[in-house]
Parts: sequence; structure tokens; C-alpha cells
Amino acid sequence: MVYLTRKAEFAASHFYHNPDFTPEENLRTFGKCNNPNGHGHNYTLEVTVKGEVEPRSGFVVDLKQLKEVMNNEVLDAMDHRFLNKEVPEFARKIPTTENIAIAVWQRLAGKLEKARLHRVRVYETPDLFVDFYGED
Amino acid sequence: MKAHLTRRYMFSASHRLHSDAMSVEENLAIYGKCNNPHGHGHNYALEVTVSGPVDERTGMVCNLVDLDGFVRREVLARYDLQNLNMTPEFSKTVPTTENLCVEIFQILQQGFRLAHLERVRIGETMLNSFEYAGGAEIRK
Repeated sequence: MVYLTRKAEFAASHFYHNPDFTPEENLRTFGKCNNPNGHGHNYTLEVTVKGEVEPRSGFVVDLKQLKEVMNNEVLDAMDHRFLNKEVPEFARKIPTTENIAIAVWQRLAGKLEKARLHRVRVYETPDLFVDFYGED
Repeated sequence: MKAHLTRRYMFSASHRLHSDAMSVEENLAIYGKCNNPHGHGHNYALEVTVSGPVDERTGMVCNLVDLDGFVRREVLARYDLQNLNMTPEFSKTVPTTENLCVEIFQILQQGFRLAHLERVRIGETMLNSFEYAGGAEIRK
């Protein structure tokens, strides 16, 4: 088994708010992140796939295809967007780094030929990242 | 759904690698420059990984304010801008980054209850890093 990781960057804005909470609960739980006008990050995405090396090509996955899937399914939807307002998953779910990693996984799973998705890592800043390994 | 969250913290400290169980020559042979009696320092990069189900109400594994507060109080306040050899835990144990990893893992495991502690990773320099998961296999 060989693991391959492809990196991408996207910039987006978001805010944290649960409509079931009172304004006080929202502020207490989410602090500055509750500002309804949003704030932004430069996110770094790392997608790791795994598989056996195909003897004829020497590839685990065709990187060109992986890059296209990441562009089409994730970056086109999230880059330079206000996540709460423009990405359907976050109409109801709070766009935390945890939920972004899960959404990226769900967008990619099933779209990859041959290689299997191993891990999605999303950096919100260089000091904070989330890993999602699927529903295990 | 379960996710892993990693937070990085920086701290600076000095140490000297020296074991009382070894002769002067052995210490010098094993630790080299790190055996300098006056010590030396590093900017340590500490990564703490916790895991757990993502709370549907908050979208979080745990609230970062709680994790940051705990690490600041229990780890950074203890080690940042200190000489590690002067702390009780390293009066007898050599303050290698291996031992520091284990020590910090234990502080977190015993005191932080709001998510499951997965691992502690410490970058001693840009070229060296150490990881400890309490004996468990480290998931990559």
C-alpha cells in the first residue's frame, strides 16, 4: 500500500452560529467567531489517498485526475466563498474546521477512481488542523 | 462523526542532556554538544491532537478555548522560558524531547477530560520531531 497526498489552498469566510442557541449562548460558545458578518481564513487542504501501485503506470492514482476532482468538487465550491451562505452543507451545519473536513471527504468519496480516500486534513491556520478518516 | 483536531503551541526553554548514571566521558560521548554544562535552548513546537465525535450543536470536537486554556495553564506556564532541568520532573530524568513528550502527554491525559487525547508531537527544531501516543500506534 502506498499513500499519496495532494495539497491545495482556498480562501473563504465563515462565522459560527447555532440558531437553536440564544444570542448569549452563541456568544459564550463561539466568542469572536460568532460575528455574523463573518471573517476569513486561508485554508490548506491535504487529501491523502491510498492504493497499490499499478505496475504499468507506476501510479497509485492519476494525480491529474485527483487534482481535477479536488478542483471540481471542493475548490470551485469553497474558494473565495462565504461558506455559511454559499455552500449547501453549511446552510444547516456550522462551518467549523471539523465540519469542513467532513464535507470535503463526502464530496470526494466515490469520485475517485482506483485509489481509496485515506485522510482529509484541513488547516484553518498553521496552528490548527483537523483530520477526518471517514466514518470508522 | 469522529474527527481529530490538532492544535500547535510554541514555547522556548533551555536544557542540558546529562545523566548521573553515566561517567563524564560517557555523557560527553552520548550527548555531545547537548552535554554542555551551561545548557542551551530551543523553540519547541508542541502539537496536541485530540479526537471525538463532532458535537452537532457546536460543530466541534471540543471548544478550543478550553483546550488552549488547559495547555496554557498546565503546560506552557510550566515550561515556557524555563530551564527544563530545574523542574521537579527533570531533576532525575534527562530532559530529552522524548521524555518531554511523555511528560506532556501524561499532564494532558490526567487533566484534560473534554476530548480523547490521541497524541503529543514536539518539534525540537525544524529537523527533529518526536511523537508519543501513550503506547498506542500513531495514525498517519
